[in-house]
Amino acid sequence: MPAKKKRGAQTLVFDKPPVLTSWASIAGPKEGQGPWGQEFDWIMEDYLFGEESWEKAENKMLRETVKKALNKRNFDEADAEILMAGDLLNQLVSSNYAARQLGIPFLGLYGACSTMAESLLVAAILVDGEYFERVVAAACSHHYTAERQFRFPTEQGIQKTLSSQWTATAAGAVLLEPVGTGPRITAVSIGKVIDMDQKDANDMGSAMAPAAAHTIKTHFSDLNRPSDYYDLIVTGDLGKVGMAIAQQLFIRDGLQPEPNYSDCGVLLYDAIQEVNAGGSGCGCSACVLCGPLLKKMISGEINKLLFVATGALMSPVTSFQGESIPAIAHAVAIEN
Amino acid sequence: MVPLYMAFLIGGLLCLLGQLIMDLTKASITPGHILVGYISGGAILSGLGLYEPLVKIGGAGATIPLSGFGHLLTQGSLKAVEQKGLLGAFSGGVEATAAGITAAVVFGYLAAVLFNPKG
Amino acid sequence: MKTPDPQRWKKIETEEYESLVQQVKPKPPLLKHCVWAFIVGGLICLLAQLIMNYLLYQGIDKVEASSYTAVVMIFLGAFLTGIGIYDELGKRAGAGSIVPITGFANAIVASAMEFKREGYIFGVGARIFTVAGPTLLFGFVVAVLIGLIKVFLSS
Repeated sequence: MPAKKKRGAQTLVFDKPPVLTSWASIAGPKEGQGPWGQEFDWIMEDYLFGEESWEKAENKMLRETVKKALNKRNFDEADAEILMAGDLLNQLVSSNYAARQLGIPFLGLYGACSTMAESLLVAAILVDGEYFERVVAAACSHHYTAERQFRFPTEQGIQKTLSSQWTATAAGAVLLEPVGTGPRITAVSIGKVIDMDQKDANDMGSAMAPAAAHTIKTHFSDLNRPSDYYDLIVTGDLGKVGMAIAQQLFIRDGLQPEPNYSDCGVLLYDAIQEVNAGGSGCGCSACVLCGPLLKKMISGEINKLLFVATGALMSPVTSFQGESIPAIAHAVAIEN
Repeated sequence: MVPLYMAFLIGGLLCLLGQLIMDLTKASITPGHILVGYISGGAILSGLGLYEPLVKIGGAGATIPLSGFGHLLTQGSLKAVEQKGLLGAFSGGVEATAAGITAAVVFGYLAAVLFNPKG
Repeated sequence: MKTPDPQRWKKIETEEYESLVQQVKPKPPLLKHCVWAFIVGGLICLLAQLIMNYLLYQGIDKVEASSYTAVVMIFLGAFLTGIGIYDELGKRAGAGSIVPITGFANAIVASAMEFKREGYIFGVGARIFTVAGPTLLFGFVVAVLIGLIKVFLSS
């Protein structure tokens, strides 16, 4: 007998769709100057955020965002039953150390830049399964902590390629409850790790686009939905290059009519901000969702959103060993 | 004395070659690869006697690019071999470049102590 | 009809995907990069030549003047990295600011400075050689080998 709430190969639907009752976002100085600067709850004045190191700043960003999301509902940390969060750093230090201070039962998740979708979908399952009633899903990234871990020291003179992306300094957190007012998570699709033998560490978009296309295609076929079902499909952070490839892949996969589609990495910055192909990092999709996108859902501008965060799962070690870049994408359907 | 425009021209051309290597080959070429390539390439060309003419016409344009550092290593090694034989092969290179290497490490350390990365 | 074996199928699929990527992926602006590299690299060398000529004019011998010049250029590279200018230059100049010895100094300082918060011995001390280590290693190895060849040929 097939599982009761599973549809097709990779999709789950919810009997009692969990409600996004509250959310908060925080953005770095550069992101604050971008086109959505007004939509975030908090814009950092500098990258240290009043701390001694960038790592500590990232930890504080996550902490403050979680607190803010809870405070908006007049809750505090003690009211949250479980926190699901992740970031880009080794051993998930930002999330683990933030959880140390928050004192909320905690599950750390690593999905690279797909973490926001991963934490949301696990949170939704826990709420729908009636295990918890107040679940926080969050993700964050910091440009300079990621840069020094994955790429080069920040003061080294490096010429970025046009396909490279700028790791966003941002965080987003969402509070999920079984009842309340707000948009609901109606279905989620859990992605497969897809690797199309891309090796260019300066071009995550090309590595991740096939994973995004695969998850989106599977989501539609699992639920038997027409491709224009959603008002907007937004991928995590494919950037300009990955977004152009994903559009080609939609056509190849026969997604007709063509869905209304955009990408968080492309949305987050203005063209003049010298980010080349666009934004990336867990915080990129997290802050675009918890800032502009959910606001648009409240105002009714968007009623059906498919949020597909994408992640490139490589490490500097595997890159040095000449391994190709595996990628993953999870889809979360959010509807009014 | 080498005319300034020749230093500009030779130095510029050596850098342009590096740019072509970065843009036209695999994307995984980093500044570290370029530096290693230039120091080794300069040392080898110097051993073949091909780098000295470039220094004659280009002056600092040939010695300031890292290939010039490789050239200095090789020349130091070769000269020391003439004077001391086998031991010179081991001591000559570092002797000739001692000032540069020490300066790089010490200034590097001082800059790291005095300044913080701004990002 | 025979079903193609999965490995071959995957290979065809990835090759097709690679050609799609190559169509979409923007090519580096080669001419702009080359002009920047040529001019910035040329100017750095010109500055070095100015210093060198000045030292020679002061009557310092050629080998010493050359060493002095290298030390001054390394100092400049380290200093400009410290005050946060060299990385801005490097974004535009590419190889023009990597190939000169100032770029070597930049790589050393950037690696060292970045890890200051991890302490002075295993932070700064170890990381200072991240780029300098391999560079010096290969320089030393080639120079010693050439010296040994000379020993061998002249014996």
